[in-house]
Amino acid sequence: MRHIISPTDLNLSELNELLSLAEDIIRDPEKYSDACRKKKLATLFYEPSTRTRLSFESAMLNLGGSILGFSSADSSSSTKGESVADTIRVISSYADICAMRHPKEGAPYVASLHSSIPVINAGDGGHNHPTQTFTDLLTIKNLKGRFDNLTVGFCGDLKFGRTVHSLIGALSRYTNIKFILISPEELKVPDYIKEEVLLQNNIPFEEERCLVSAIPKLDILYMTRVQKERFFNEADYIRLKDTYILNSKKMALAKEDMLVLHPLPRVNEIAVEVDDDPRAVYFKQAEYGVYVRMALILLLLREAEGRKTC
Amino acid sequence: MLNIGVLNQGIVIDHIKVGGAMKIYTYLDLENLDCSVAIIKNARSNKMGRKDIIKIEGTLEGINLDILGALDHKITINVIKDGKIIEKKNTKLPDKVSNILKCKNPRCISSIEHGITHSFKLTDRKNGIYRCVYCEHAFERLAFERMSNLSVNI
Repeated sequence: MRHIISPTDLNLSELNELLSLAEDIIRDPEKYSDACRKKKLATLFYEPSTRTRLSFESAMLNLGGSILGFSSADSSSSTKGESVADTIRVISSYADICAMRHPKEGAPYVASLHSSIPVINAGDGGHNHPTQTFTDLLTIKNLKGRFDNLTVGFCGDLKFGRTVHSLIGALSRYTNIKFILISPEELKVPDYIKEEVLLQNNIPFEEERCLVSAIPKLDILYMTRVQKERFFNEADYIRLKDTYILNSKKMALAKEDMLVLHPLPRVNEIAVEVDDDPRAVYFKQAEYGVYVRMALILLLLREAEGRKTC
Repeated sequence: MLNIGVLNQGIVIDHIKVGGAMKIYTYLDLENLDCSVAIIKNARSNKMGRKDIIKIEGTLEGINLDILGALDHKITINVIKDGKIIEKKNTKLPDKVSNILKCKNPRCISSIEHGITHSFKLTDRKNGIYRCVYCEHAFERLAFERMSNLSVNI
């Protein structure tokens, strides 16, 4: 049974297939409107999420399928002490595919070990969020037209930001990529990402404290929110949350074709005035998230059934 | 160096990081072996400055030495017979260790899931780095907790 737990669970050829399918869905969504008829997606969300859960549900409904699930741990049997392994064994008999978000890192992997249906990791703590990475890649592919020869800046919480770690890993597989990592000292990219991904693959990168000095060099600026839920100490969160704010003044220093991406939700790290800038593509990015999840659901169900779903 | 006495047959676990000997003693379950065991702490070492050493009298039977590599890959093992070193072994790094190390990441699913197998995989052979298969956090050497149901896949 094929599961998607980490962005690198798809090799480059499979990733291209996924993105090509998503692009075909964008071109002709009607063609896929009945592709998952009589199929059910279980959304097992043990912690709150708006975008990711609704994006998955929208994706399945767009494919003509049905959805079931829960949207917080309070409404699941985990409050009674049920293990992830037992939950997925039961859900496997209720649905054809599932998307799981869990605050504990590795929970979707545990589910995949006991599941007879495909499991998609919809975010596990500060660890992986593969469908966000696929969304980011589809956005870059569509709006930038390439994955190589790019200088990509990541700004904000680069320590706990799982989307950052995943996207660095995914983009490191392409040629002539350079990263500029913009963060306060306390929220720097963890050493293991630098050692095991960047240095091991000879990917050039700079660590920078100042967004203003970095922004003119960038082809893509990936902004992130400082996430309150990742801090054990609230005082640290309050001290760091407003470190970087992107506004029109800073955007004036950027290239004319630089793209601003953000996994959302945005709090105040991007001023509302930036939303009207054509380079601000984070809402478009959210839209691409539905298409890429449609493509992923289709591919996994196809593989599970050993036949073409459409 | 402090002389503990001549070892006619047995093993010497050498080059243990200072402070690690008691943990390894507990971990290898040496208290349940029917033989003499000497622990030397803070011994002088040209290579390490200071080190711990464990001397075990008797055969190697019942001692799983492969797991030492996962705990501290700088450890060396001298096999003694008739009072002489007949073999010097470096520890191996198993590709995977199960139910030996426990993940220290409080955000890891292994901290709450009942009946889970605590598994680590070797991700960097050069530096001997093991990562939890669930959350990918690196294992901190000799900060381990002793686990039951030991098993090693090499």
